Amino acid sequence: MRIDRRLIAHFEWQLPILALAIVGLGTVCVYSASREPGMEGLPPLVMRQLTWLAAGCVGMLLAVTFDYRRVDRSAWGIYAVVLLMILAVPFVGRVAGGSRRWIGVGPVSIQPSELMKVGLALILAHIFGRTRAVGLTLWDTVIPLVVMAVPAAAVLAQPDLGTAALLGVLAVTMLALGGVRLRWLLLLGSPGILMAPILWERLKDYQQKRILTFLNPDLDPLGSGYHVIQSKIAVGSGMIWGKGFLQGTQNHLDFLPEQHTDFIFSVFAEEWGFVGACTLLGLYLMLLLRMVVIAARTRDRFGVLLTLAIGAIFFWQVTVNVGMTTGVLPVVGVPLPLFSYGGSSLFSLLIGIGLVMNVSMRRNLF
Amino acid sequence: MSPRGLQVLSREVPPELQVRMGVTAAVVLVAFGLLGIRLWYLQVDKGAEMRLMSEQNRIRLVRVPAARGVVYDRHGEILVDNRPSFDVVFVPEDARRDRNQVLSTLARYLGEEEPALRQDARAGSKRPPYQGIVLRRDLDWAGVVALETHQLDLPGISLQVGPRRFYPYGPLAAHLLGYVGEVSQRELEHAGDETPYRSGDLVGKAGLERAFDEELRGESGGEQVEVDALGRRMRVIDHVPDVAGHTLWLTLDRDLQDVAERALGDRDGAIAAIDPRNGEILVMVSKPAFDPNTFARGIRREEWRGLMQDPKHPLNNRATQGQYPPGSTFKVAVAAGIAEEKIGGPNPGVHCSGGIPFGNHFFRCWKPGGHGGVDLHWAVVESCDVFFYTYGQKLGVDGIAEYARRLGLGLPTGVALENEKTGLIPDSEWKQRRFKQPWFPGETLSVAIGQGYVTATPLQMANLAATLANGGTRYRPRYVKRIEAADGSVRAVPEPEVMGEARLGKATLDKVRGAMRDVVMSERGTGKKARVLGTDVAGKTGTAQVVKLGESRERSNKGALKTRDHAWFIAYAPVDEPEIAVAAIVEHAGGGGGAIAAPLVHDILAHYFDRTQGPSPLPPTQEAHVDAD
Repeated sequence: MRIDRRLIAHFEWQLPILALAIVGLGTVCVYSASREPGMEGLPPLVMRQLTWLAAGCVGMLLAVTFDYRRVDRSAWGIYAVVLLMILAVPFVGRVAGGSRRWIGVGPVSIQPSELMKVGLALILAHIFGRTRAVGLTLWDTVIPLVVMAVPAAAVLAQPDLGTAALLGVLAVTMLALGGVRLRWLLLLGSPGILMAPILWERLKDYQQKRILTFLNPDLDPLGSGYHVIQSKIAVGSGMIWGKGFLQGTQNHLDFLPEQHTDFIFSVFAEEWGFVGACTLLGLYLMLLLRMVVIAARTRDRFGVLLTLAIGAIFFWQVTVNVGMTTGVLPVVGVPLPLFSYGGSSLFSLLIGIGLVMNVSMRRNLF
Repeated sequence: MSPRGLQVLSREVPPELQVRMGVTAAVVLVAFGLLGIRLWYLQVDKGAEMRLMSEQNRIRLVRVPAARGVVYDRHGEILVDNRPSFDVVFVPEDARRDRNQVLSTLARYLGEEEPALRQDARAGSKRPPYQGIVLRRDLDWAGVVALETHQLDLPGISLQVGPRRFYPYGPLAAHLLGYVGEVSQRELEHAGDETPYRSGDLVGKAGLERAFDEELRGESGGEQVEVDALGRRMRVIDHVPDVAGHTLWLTLDRDLQDVAERALGDRDGAIAAIDPRNGEILVMVSKPAFDPNTFARGIRREEWRGLMQDPKHPLNNRATQGQYPPGSTFKVAVAAGIAEEKIGGPNPGVHCSGGIPFGNHFFRCWKPGGHGGVDLHWAVVESCDVFFYTYGQKLGVDGIAEYARRLGLGLPTGVALENEKTGLIPDSEWKQRRFKQPWFPGETLSVAIGQGYVTATPLQMANLAATLANGGTRYRPRYVKRIEAADGSVRAVPEPEVMGEARLGKATLDKVRGAMRDVVMSERGTGKKARVLGTDVAGKTGTAQVVKLGESRERSNKGALKTRDHAWFIAYAPVDEPEIAVAAIVEHAGGGGGAIAAPLVHDILAHYFDRTQGPSPLPPTQEAHVDAD
């Protein structure tokens, strides 16, 4: 492997530092969310998260070592492997919490749908890196949409509405960034609206209930409406400075659902307050803006699009998750990137960060 | 895909993309700005209010379990119902640091041992601390008063009124009705995530409570309840009503069941009665029994241990799980085979001199002096073993097995009750598989009189009688006539279901059924004690040896209880248009089927026909029935 001196000189420091800062805060918060009273040592969830973090850091550094354009060339292969894993889930997958989402490999469980987020970013960057740059028409949207729809349908069947929706939103974002004209995007949207009743029928009861509850929380004050109310109370009760580490009553009295995954932001905002929550959002904002800066400086289309696609994953997950826990968006199961508990997500996002670092470091090499 | 030159060209970043990046950055800033405003609103603007709400956050979700469905017998008598019960619920979170104090106070008021209470309170430690643990179910009135009065000394303890399963007749038909219990951790895990059960819910564990659990269960409702600092309910903020379980109308006849249970008394055994026209179960008795109410109020450890360790296994449903050698009742199946296959010509006969030699053994007839000359009819009527040794041998073990199976033996009846046993109908293939040995001809002789390896359940034998009675159609025995929703709308009316056909010719049926009639109706029959006023009854006695198979046919009725014979009787009536088929077995009866089991069947039939036809003024016309000779 040839390491160019210029690479070291241009090593991308900001992204990994921001990412690790977020992971660090997240792990502390997972600790708070999973600790049982009277427990000695680290909770098993934290141990697992740290193990995945180590693996993710190695993956992130490895993703820097080669020229990222090699990823461009093997994009279809990578996509195919992840897609096969997703399609294998119904046959070999493990069930937890009502969904079959995980594949067991020895002692570890992998959630292929999380890997697909980065995989889809990669393949869409690859596709739009090769199309005309402007004025794309309806015809140019076919392949990207198929590439998104196949894994999204499989993920929806698991059932995992949140991840499926994220894949869809990511594809639409990439259509817009890739240069599909606005009028075609609007035209594409209209059958989607017409299809809505059919899709609605396909949703599981609890998924329908979540959407209805968002539209009208009074419909289900005992179920998901209850969770939104409790989550808002948790966030709000943090006030400016928070209740302090391990002091969140909403968290420790189990008023919050899915404390270590989907609702971890509520735990954090309760314990660290407005100051903590804004710090966290600030870290995400810096991460995103850094990615935009990297994209703006890159002169290679694939590199630009890959950076923006990875950024889009972060952007949508953060806004949907924080919006959901603060009661402005419906409850869909989307974790807070790098922050929520979840090995596959952490691992694949760190690799995504590594790829963007790679783009950043090689922007001047050609 | 595309030529290299074009690819390089297309790699350039067009100015439009730069514009889109600017837009992207703006979108990100706006979105984060909005999130920041939302956080400001919740945490700073409304922060103090939200903090107060979290401190007083005592809004809890309480599940309200649905009342299980009511069960009626065929005439509308309530067999299973619900009544209110007061349960002691402990919410550890509300007791705060005085948990031990609270539990010892509670123990004093309930007059119970503190360690036991403490252990029960710990059993639920895996749950969230705000979720209640039911410490005691169905508190008596004194306990209710004590707890109500001393509420203030008992933070975290509350009384919850819930429906309790109630079986007004106690052990009556206990095995058919079954019982309920708290859903076990294993059941919860086994059921996966789709299960409607939560820990603490009651679920059917046996009998129809288990088989029809889904119908009986109903849908639990929920309440959003505000509680005060001591965990007492202050007000119900919102609630979702529960939906009561479906009502079951059974085919069971409560009065007939009662008569059958009384007839069996405190002897061990089982009785099953079926309507041959459709497979409806009228009676199902298994003794010793248990009282399902014990389970409904939460069985105590000692009680459970007592039931489990009882050598008589009172929880077993002997009607469907008791596998007994059928003894001479099996002869009707063998006789059907001999007649249908025309073994020994159109009218086979033997001379019974009290036994026959076979190999090294001498196989005895039950009647020491012998029956003299008998044909198939009288061999059944007088239960002559020698006839069945002789022609059973000719039919062969596989032939016997074929006809036994056609009549449903060795096969599950398909009744909707857990762990039904099939009994055993041996054949040469089975012997090879089981013992890696060929079938020995001498073993066929034992099989021909329903001994040896042959076993059957009482329900199978009742169904055998029903199958012969209706001309060869074997129905699935069932006990639910109708399922209604709580509002009275009919949800299901199970249809009779045919499990198989015996495929017996009319001549065969006439022979076998004629013989069965004379078992009861002729003077020489072994089952005369089953006669009832005004109705012709057909049947067959059986006296099944328990200990030793083989040549010695000496009755073992004086030895230890365990070695005494079982007394069997199967019957159906009226002979011409059968409405009821019965099988009864008395374990270790100390007497033959004709002496011990036939009178039981008499009681059942007498009650049944009294009820449907009214008592007949006519005396039994015995002479009219001896003409079959």
